[in-house]
Amino acid sequence: MSKIQKMHVTMTVNGETVEGLVEPRTLLIHFIREHLLLTGAHIGCDTGHCGACTLDIDGKSVKSCTMFAVQAEGSSIVTIEGLAAPDGTLHALQEGFRMMHGLQCGYCTPGMILRAHRLLIENPNPTEAEIRFGISGNLCRCTGYQNIVRAIQYAAAKLNGTQFQEAAE
Amino acid sequence: MIPGAFTYHRPKSIDEAAALLTSLGEEARPLAGGHSLIPMMKLRMATPEHLVDLAGIPELKGVCQNGGDIIIGAMTTQAELIASELLAAQVPILRETSLVIADPQIRYCGTLGGNVANGDPGNDMPAVMMTLDARYTIVGEKGRRVIPSREFYQGAYYTALEPGEFLVSVTIPALPDGHGFAYEKMKRKVGDYATAAAAVVLTKKDGVIATCALALTNVGDTALFAEEAAQILIGSRLDAASLARAAAAAEAIAAPATDGRGTAAYRTSIAGVMVARAVRRAFERA
Repeated sequence: MSKIQKMHVTMTVNGETVEGLVEPRTLLIHFIREHLLLTGAHIGCDTGHCGACTLDIDGKSVKSCTMFAVQAEGSSIVTIEGLAAPDGTLHALQEGFRMMHGLQCGYCTPGMILRAHRLLIENPNPTEAEIRFGISGNLCRCTGYQNIVRAIQYAAAKLNGTQFQEAAE
Repeated sequence: MIPGAFTYHRPKSIDEAAALLTSLGEEARPLAGGHSLIPMMKLRMATPEHLVDLAGIPELKGVCQNGGDIIIGAMTTQAELIASELLAAQVPILRETSLVIADPQIRYCGTLGGNVANGDPGNDMPAVMMTLDARYTIVGEKGRRVIPSREFYQGAYYTALEPGEFLVSVTIPALPDGHGFAYEKMKRKVGDYATAAAAVVLTKKDGVIATCALALTNVGDTALFAEEAAQILIGSRLDAASLARAAAAAEAIAAPATDGRGTAAYRTSIAGVMVARAVRRAFERA
């Protein structure tokens, strides 16, 4: 087993070049959490279902528990730690989750926000149905999704420079 | 969950990958999007000693048209299939099917090649490929060969692929203008395999079904080409009696297992319902 050589990986994470020595079987989520100590992304189900480990990799939302670190060689990754501005100003999505109460326990939140980040880049003005379809690979066991959808709508409005209108109850 | 140890290879060309997979033999597996293989490795149900990652081979990516044929590289992802304007215009059933595969994150990684070549009866694309009469181009030690999708699947996870061979591309023959199509999938939740699903492509002439191809997903050891059901529909105006006979013919070839998705009897019955819905929708679109 241990005769398999470790491999050198280099990637860009939140704008910084990082490198490490990993076994080929090291999952990307373990590299991010345990080598880089970026523990915002969570391991939920560890089977590719829940989305808590979602990262933005080369313009795609990816479940990093289902990818080896060696596969991410040369890629550019954004984690939840990379979303706020350097001065600490929250990203519109982070602000939206706060203002709209888009989280309770918070475990799914980094994955939800990273997924919503890519969704809003691809579709800056999504309908509620498109938001729900867009986050269908992320499970939340607290909120019932209502406030997560509102949080994403809030962020979309803010990013578009329009007023957030809450849907009538 | 940590997979077993393996050596990782990242060839840059089809030839290099073919040479590697041939020399490493049965201890090696090609790695496409990884969203079937990596979960299996984490469960230690797959323990390859070598992974040959096909992601660094540009020739395996993309969609193009060659004469009437549409050729799709094996490493083209579901998300790329959804975004392709060429496919939306020429083979719209691929977009419809891709949208019910797994979830958004997985569609960014999951590939057409992985979906068709893995041999998992739960995968959605094999039935669609059968209705389209797609051909698979495979490369191995002896060079390239072409296998019709309808002859590719031999059993659960058993396909016509020999050790060392891998899928390069899928060729879809030109579809007639104005064909009708549908992929109907019953699933319990996003990301689930089908309880049962049906793919259909048909053409109409003067209100009568002129050609029809039908196949079923996840109600047997492989996707099932439902030839008799399609024959029943050809020549009909989709009256209730022929639709019921076609659904019954599809149910007759279904042999699903009883599992969390339902009993074998229930899943068989759902296969018939999916056929009826898919045919009705395809008929309206034609």
